[in-house]
Amino acid sequence: MSDNPVDQGAEDSVGYVSIRQLGDRDIMLLRGDFAFHGFNGALVAATGLGVPPRRGIIGYGNIQVAWMSSDELLVMTDSASTEKIAKSLEQALKNQHFLLAEVTDSRTVFEIRGDLVREVIAKLCPVDMHPDAFMPGEIRRTRLAQASAAIWMTDDHSVRLICFRSFADYVFNLLKAAAKPGNEVNAFEKAI
Amino acid sequence: MASLNCRVCKMLILKCPYCGASGEETEFECGGEAHLKRFGPGSGDDEFQGYLFDRVNRKGVHFERWRHSSGCGKWFHAARNTETLEIYGTYSAQVLEPPAEIREKISGKVPGWSWREFS
Repeated sequence: MSDNPVDQGAEDSVGYVSIRQLGDRDIMLLRGDFAFHGFNGALVAATGLGVPPRRGIIGYGNIQVAWMSSDELLVMTDSASTEKIAKSLEQALKNQHFLLAEVTDSRTVFEIRGDLVREVIAKLCPVDMHPDAFMPGEIRRTRLAQASAAIWMTDDHSVRLICFRSFADYVFNLLKAAAKPGNEVNAFEKAI
Repeated sequence: MASLNCRVCKMLILKCPYCGASGEETEFECGGEAHLKRFGPGSGDDEFQGYLFDRVNRKGVHFERWRHSSGCGKWFHAARNTETLEIYGTYSAQVLEPPAEIREKISGKVPGWSWREFS
């Protein structure tokens, strides 16, 4: 864990959107064959959620399951239930080829909130952030300038972003620069 | 807002056949020419040399391998035009030749095209 202040989850930045690092998420990576008999059932038994649709993110309460690729899922939970979920998955999938890795220490999640959150992301990612093109419920793996990241919206004014923790400082500074007061573009103003 | 199929900016917009996301080329990596036939141990020197070094590098219709490196990470194939930068389509990496619908689409736009043994 770096001693970077950003990494402590304490620092908020208020540009024309607010940027906050979330420290309360445990993150697990699950790879396997979604079509394999019992895979979906194992996931439902462990998390209460099945395999999301392509590029989908589903969740309830403190648990989210995200589709990362055709053989990779991300399970995000609060730290209290991580161990239980991991044990349940390992037990249920033991007869098939799979990988479960707890990656909490190597990933970090940012929450970006504000009315103009779409354009802040659009400045950094080669993704169509138009309200008709990108909506809550979709997770999009892309790059944020030079860093790989995945983004999704929890509502129309809030984006969550997951990236490698080693890029936390870089990503935070990118977001801060993109949201610098005075740099508003109002790119999607008419659309919203 | 400008459409993702912008013809003016001449930027490659690829659609990954695995995750279904459309992104511009900097989200992807080009992996060179597609549909190479591997000549390994037991092959002749000429075949092996051709496998290693001979590339068509065409102006016009071209087939390449691409990887969604900043996205889902999967390899796939793309049929595109190196002259107009038009993307005719992307398709699975697990095929040895371009699918019929991609070939037909190209034929509709570039009649009489050929690329290696495909046409």
